[in-house]
Amino acid sequence: MSALILAADDINVAQNVAFGIIAAMMIFAALSVVTSKNVVHAALWLVMVLSGVAAQYILASAEFVAASQILVYIGAVMVLFLFGIMLTRAQIGKEAGLNNKGWALGIPVGLLMFGLLAWVILDAFDDQVLPDRGATPTVLLSDQFLSIYLVPFIAVSFVLLAAAIGAIVLARKD
Amino acid sequence: MLAVNFLLLAAALFSIGVYGVIARRNAVMVLMSIELILNAVTLNLVAFALMNGAIDGQVFALFVIAIAAAEVGVGLAMVLMIYRNRKSIALDELSEMKG
Repeated sequence: MSALILAADDINVAQNVAFGIIAAMMIFAALSVVTSKNVVHAALWLVMVLSGVAAQYILASAEFVAASQILVYIGAVMVLFLFGIMLTRAQIGKEAGLNNKGWALGIPVGLLMFGLLAWVILDAFDDQVLPDRGATPTVLLSDQFLSIYLVPFIAVSFVLLAAAIGAIVLARKD
Repeated sequence: MLAVNFLLLAAALFSIGVYGVIARRNAVMVLMSIELILNAVTLNLVAFALMNGAIDGQVFALFVIAIAAAEVGVGLAMVLMIYRNRKSIALDELSEMKG
């Protein structure tokens, strides 16, 4: 099992300890996001999950993705969420009725899904060790974006433009 | 690092997000749970990029981040429109299309 392999020689112990601490924090924060009674608190817990994901990207030697995660998610998406909360609710504070009537159905579904995924993952990748590759040069990423992924890159820019115009049209008052 | 560390963490985040989508009644909270799911997938992509020594996983992760930003923008605009029309964003009250 994986706990035994942690003692092997080719495992960076400090990296694993950092991973464990950040992962525990992320799971606690994610559970708080889906159980919090206060919408604003849930949004702030989501900030913690997103910054934890950015930290895991750095551990997985994907520095540019981590920087984009912080810029896009924590910088832009969370501000959008807080504006959405502000514009759709009058009172700030605890709120009853945040959950559906059949909310308990989500517990077995979530547990079943996690069990299935964990079984498949442990079956397929049980003792696979991730290599220590150091930081990924951002030049490599930009080379990929501007050569073989050029068409999807342009398509994504059109999607963003269409989404921005669509959001303005939907949210305009008249 | 072990590959299963990242994959199990992503599976846990994904399952928590699925629970949130099922359990929550407020539309903004459902959008937050969808963000959890998307982040779980992106974490998997980055872990596989590291495992295979190919950079394509990180390219896809950046695409997912861009699409997620567009999704949140349009989603919150729709929520605002629903709130303006109905003074409520409870998802179980939106049942006009129920057969």
